Amino acid sequence: MSLLSVRNVHLRFGGITALEDVSFDVEEGTTAGLIGPNGAGKTTIFNVITRLYRLDEGDVLVDGSSLLRTPPSRVIRHGVARTFQNVELFPTMTVLENVLVGAHTDSRFERERSARRRATEALELIGIDELASRPAAGLPFGTLKRIELARALVSKPRLLLLDEPAGGLNHREVEELAVLLGRLRDQLKMTVLLVEHHMGLVMKISDHVHVLNFGRMIANGPPQEIQRNPEVIEAYLGGELDESAA
Amino acid sequence: MRAILGRLAICAAAAVVLALLPFTLSGLNQVLAARVALYFIAILGLNIVTGYTGQISIGHGAFMAIGGYTTAIMSADHHTNLIATLPLSFAIAFGCGVVVGLPASRLSGVYLALATLALAVSIPQLTLKFSHFTGARNGISVDGTVGYLWLYGVSWACAAILFVVAWLVLRGRTGRAFRAVRDSEVAAASSGVSLVLYKTLAFGISAAFAGVAGSLFVLATNGYAQPDEFSIFLSLYILIGAAVAGLGSLWGVMGGAAFVALLPNISQSAPLIRSIPVGGQDIAAGLVVVLVMLLLPTGLAGLLQRMALAASALRRRSGIPTAERG
Repeated sequence: MSLLSVRNVHLRFGGITALEDVSFDVEEGTTAGLIGPNGAGKTTIFNVITRLYRLDEGDVLVDGSSLLRTPPSRVIRHGVARTFQNVELFPTMTVLENVLVGAHTDSRFERERSARRRATEALELIGIDELASRPAAGLPFGTLKRIELARALVSKPRLLLLDEPAGGLNHREVEELAVLLGRLRDQLKMTVLLVEHHMGLVMKISDHVHVLNFGRMIANGPPQEIQRNPEVIEAYLGGELDESAA
Repeated sequence: MRAILGRLAICAAAAVVLALLPFTLSGLNQVLAARVALYFIAILGLNIVTGYTGQISIGHGAFMAIGGYTTAIMSADHHTNLIATLPLSFAIAFGCGVVVGLPASRLSGVYLALATLALAVSIPQLTLKFSHFTGARNGISVDGTVGYLWLYGVSWACAAILFVVAWLVLRGRTGRAFRAVRDSEVAAASSGVSLVLYKTLAFGISAAFAGVAGSLFVLATNGYAQPDEFSIFLSLYILIGAAVAGLGSLWGVMGGAAFVALLPNISQSAPLIRSIPVGGQDIAAGLVVVLVMLLLPTGLAGLLQRMALAASALRRRSGIPTAERG
């Protein structure tokens, strides 16, 4: 059974149809890419999965159970954690405190000390543990994205939703991110759904790629197949769907 | 670790000063010092809901009224020991705070401010409706008399206990959840922080603090609870005190409390303000608030923080100016 199953989801904002009959599955232990031009509805799907938007029709299942009656703050208890496209951190807190909020759903009786140890481990995994006591406000955008990633990881999610993790990163940082995402899948057995414009990254690390355009699913398949799909190339206007498209 | 020891030393020093202070004060000044303690408690509570959780409340005078009347009615009608009424005020005000906080958690910004303003205006009027219990305009008096030194001791003991309570609540997981809700509701919810739960909890705790402050307020007003004492201005002065103290920090609260408690006396003795026949106190308060907003937008807490940063920069002799927090 798939870990994440999005079934026939429709979402309308007033007269605008944001998502129309969107269906796809993500298998446990795989990394899936979700791509599409700007405004295609990729972040909208994340917001549907994490219950920030209420869908009009369809269903979202995690490990076979529907999320439709789950409030946003309980989605993480189903093992789903996410990051945000434009970074949603807590600017008045330190980096470590930001990550500690991600450990909020730990057992109430867990010692603060062990939560701190796990948060520090998450920062070490991402490679920013030396920034732990710095205030989050004022750090570079790429670093903020990493803090968000650490905050999502500290809850030990089964399904990690990453919204443009490579946005604002330089070439070397993207390489490091690819290595990290590979480790999440291969060592921590994490399932990842990745929204990303950096095609090189998506094609390199995804097991499967889903393509969205104007709120509809237009293609899905292994990366090599997607790169040759004429409809996908058409959607990306000019067909620059290769490594250089980033 | 050194920071914690430093703070403990400051707390210990403050405790010693507060324990010795009444023996150098006259009776009336002991009452004045007790008023500082009760405003300290009220501002501490308001700081939890407005400073940490980011919900503006202009209605905390209403919770003070609830606590004050709890003490007065329990003492006058049931002859309850005055100290025993304080935890009761805490509990009843907490319950009222939760009842108000639950719908309030769906409001934000100016709408929440208006809703709490309505609370501050309407609760004192309710005492006129239920005059059998509250004595209507005449108010209700506690059973027996309250000594100056007793009042001072009880008020500051409550302040110390509630300061520790606030510190325990705010230092760990709960405090982080409060600040997370203030900083980014979307990220807080996605991290598993229930917005309704934590906003309501903050409101309840904050109201409970105000309730105890209200009880002490009645005791410091000759043991009399009267609707006019809990007017909208009380709510506004607490909010002003919190702004002077600096929101989102425990350490500036003492300054804010002293400001609110001592303002009537200061404005009566300042020659320029004394010459204004009516409303001199309000004009003085307004002036100070404008000055604080211009010169110390982060309140006394922000000033303390900047001084600490400057001191540590000097100690390191780095010569590099410490960057201000954004």
